[in-house]
Amino acid sequence: MAHAHAVKRYSGLMDWLTTVDHKKIGILYLIAGGFFFLVGGLEAILIRIQLWAPQNDFVGADTYNELITMHGTTMIFLAAMPLLFAFMNAVVPLQIGARDVAFPFVNSLGFWTFFFGGLLLNVSWIVGDVPDAGWTAYAPLAGTTYSNDHGMDYYVLGLQIAGIGTLIGGINFLVTIINMRAPGMTFMRMPLFTWTAFITSALILFAFPALTVGLAALMFDRLFSANFFDPTAGGNAVLWEHIFWIFGHPEVYILILPAFGIISEVISTFSRKRLFGYSSMVFATILIGFLGFMVWAHHMFTTGLGPVANALFSIATMLIAVPTGIKIFNWLFTMWGGSIKFTSANLYAVGFVPTFVMGGVTGVMLASAPADFQYHDTYFVVAHFHYVIVGGLVLGIFAGLHYWWPKMFGRVLNETLGKITFWTFFIGFHLTFFIQHFLGLLGMPRRIWQYLDGIGFNEMNMISTVGALLMGVGTILFLMNVVVTMAKPKNASADPWEDGRTLEWTIPSPPPEYNFAQTPLVRGYDAYWKEKMEGHKGMTPAEPIGPIHMPSPSILPFFMGVGLFVAGFGFMYAPDWGHIGALKTGHFIGIIGLATTLLCMVLRSMIDDHGFHIEEDEILKDLGGKA
Amino acid sequence: MSAHTHVEGQLPHEPEKATLEGRNKVLGFWLFLGGETVLFGTLFAAYLSLRDQVLEGPTANHLFDLMLVAIATAILLTSSLTSVFAIQAMHQKNVKSLIGWLIVTVVLGASFLGLEIYEFYHYVHEGHGFTTSAFSSSFYTLVGFHGAHVLFGIVWITLLIIQLSRKGLNVVTAPKVYVAGMYWHFIDVVWVFIFTVVYLMGKVV
Repeated sequence: MAHAHAVKRYSGLMDWLTTVDHKKIGILYLIAGGFFFLVGGLEAILIRIQLWAPQNDFVGADTYNELITMHGTTMIFLAAMPLLFAFMNAVVPLQIGARDVAFPFVNSLGFWTFFFGGLLLNVSWIVGDVPDAGWTAYAPLAGTTYSNDHGMDYYVLGLQIAGIGTLIGGINFLVTIINMRAPGMTFMRMPLFTWTAFITSALILFAFPALTVGLAALMFDRLFSANFFDPTAGGNAVLWEHIFWIFGHPEVYILILPAFGIISEVISTFSRKRLFGYSSMVFATILIGFLGFMVWAHHMFTTGLGPVANALFSIATMLIAVPTGIKIFNWLFTMWGGSIKFTSANLYAVGFVPTFVMGGVTGVMLASAPADFQYHDTYFVVAHFHYVIVGGLVLGIFAGLHYWWPKMFGRVLNETLGKITFWTFFIGFHLTFFIQHFLGLLGMPRRIWQYLDGIGFNEMNMISTVGALLMGVGTILFLMNVVVTMAKPKNASADPWEDGRTLEWTIPSPPPEYNFAQTPLVRGYDAYWKEKMEGHKGMTPAEPIGPIHMPSPSILPFFMGVGLFVAGFGFMYAPDWGHIGALKTGHFIGIIGLATTLLCMVLRSMIDDHGFHIEEDEILKDLGGKA
Repeated sequence: MSAHTHVEGQLPHEPEKATLEGRNKVLGFWLFLGGETVLFGTLFAAYLSLRDQVLEGPTANHLFDLMLVAIATAILLTSSLTSVFAIQAMHQKNVKSLIGWLIVTVVLGASFLGLEIYEFYHYVHEGHGFTTSAFSSSFYTLVGFHGAHVLFGIVWITLLIIQLSRKGLNVVTAPKVYVAGMYWHFIDVVWVFIFTVVYLMGKVV
């Protein structure tokens, strides 16, 4: 077939809007996730300023509800998840020796639906109708009876759209890891970050559809007067709790598993030792993923499911401590006897271990159902989940940022600034949340916007607020580091830490569009390290140099995101915007939005993408130039 | 990346799995169907927990006409068979027969959908609207989600028929047809569960 290989290759803004390159999509996820992290962080600081002193009236009660709802929702769905997707995109294909993900177009679509879903959610701040029923959106509070402005509509539609992106992203990584591994890269030779990305993707696949149904049902309740969660019409409010947590608990493991993967890579690299107990790490990861689906009702001990259900979910929850404990000891034994380099990435990783243990211990305390009746809805719970999510996940993300920054951007982050950032953030974190355990044990309920003077909460709340500000300073220092580093020349070597063990360190930083000029032959776990130990300079190629086929860029995913964004608005405001003929204006706009998305799908199906080839001389020039 | 290694002008044995892109598509779609299973599982769970909450509306026993639903079931199951014939025709590289069986599948799917729309119309007249009760909301959501899947499948397979008639059968179109066939079977399996859990169990008082 004689089809033209000349495909328009865009530059500038159009390049970013149309890219299907996993490395660029990773950067897009990083920028968008980073932006939402700043928004969520700002909300957190406003929350802490409000709680700075007893009976403070810095923000009103309504605004406070909006802040806690949006802080939780933004951090989980729009900051943590995309930041992990940033790493999965930037690193997984490189670690398995692939030229791209299995579905580059779908990858781009996943980013844009996430982005426009997140944007829709946050437009609520500008409009003034902000979600305010908590990030868990419990019914009937989230129903129209108690939330009768458009706030929760933004939650339902924004998360639904963002959720599509996450789901297809998960499928993409599953197929990529199963089908696209380089020759010799067997499952039990995959780097641990790839393994955790794999299990996390499986959890996404089986957890997110439950959220899809929950959000759809809540949307029907709110927009079309259905009765799923309205007890006065026969609905069942506890049903929402079940659906939400059947999704919500696996979500917690979706978040933490990739962080475990990052920590494993960083600790192994900077201890200059093979990861201790690699196989047990893999099986612990699988076991955590499996058990993660069996524990959702531990969020509902006080709902009244009865002693048998509570006992079973209590035991299942405690079981998770076993594989998690295995991981902790494996990290310790990896460091044991290693020649450890305390780079900023490794500081975060080493700081992660005890911090996460503390979060795990309070987790086991909460898993005991009778004790949970005391802790439930107090600051003890707030302290617990911030220890695992900030002390676990966010420290993991920072470790990953410092570790892979040179691979993503070709520049090593400033180490001195990185270390200052670590200590500021780490001390700020413990200052904020350690004390909250005791606030909880003293009986301070979560989600309250004011507390009275003279009941012993004042000093501890003030300490907590100081800590939060310190974490804010840490984040600003990190941003300064980014700016300072970006002003420097792009001179990172392929293996800037000099101790790289995995395939991503065998190719230039940042890698060329096609990643590997020649697909590498993998001869063992820690593929690059193995070659280094045997005195080889690089990997043995598994194929001769030849033209490389690449997928064409496409603007369609962007417009599919826009279509869903517009449709969300239309359906949301249908009751307010009058009529066009027999049809409500809002529904008309909604249908146009959905039609745009469907039309893009049709175009994608009808027009074959032949892609283009990067020719041999271009590859040879790259190889020569970088040698 | 994956150069098509088959002889020019001759289609390989299983054209849907001849390229890496094709294999990716098939595997990805199996996984997607795994997610769809959870989606419908959750819808079934919601329906089962709410189906006795009929309030003043008609009960399932009063409402359902098994004859109509049985006919719809027979039609949909037959369409699954015809989609198998389509895939067989594809493996025999018989494009004409492939397109023919796909058209039959689409027509059967559309007839099923027509019956379902008639059924819903009828129910609304019986006082079983979307907002009548928790039972009605969860019923229309579960069965409606399935109906929307059928509609999507009809549009999708129609587009594939157009593509096949324009581009013929090759290693790009073959995985698309194969995956659409998988989708169609999945819809059928879900319907078997709906027929059992919603309609048959609805008749058990």
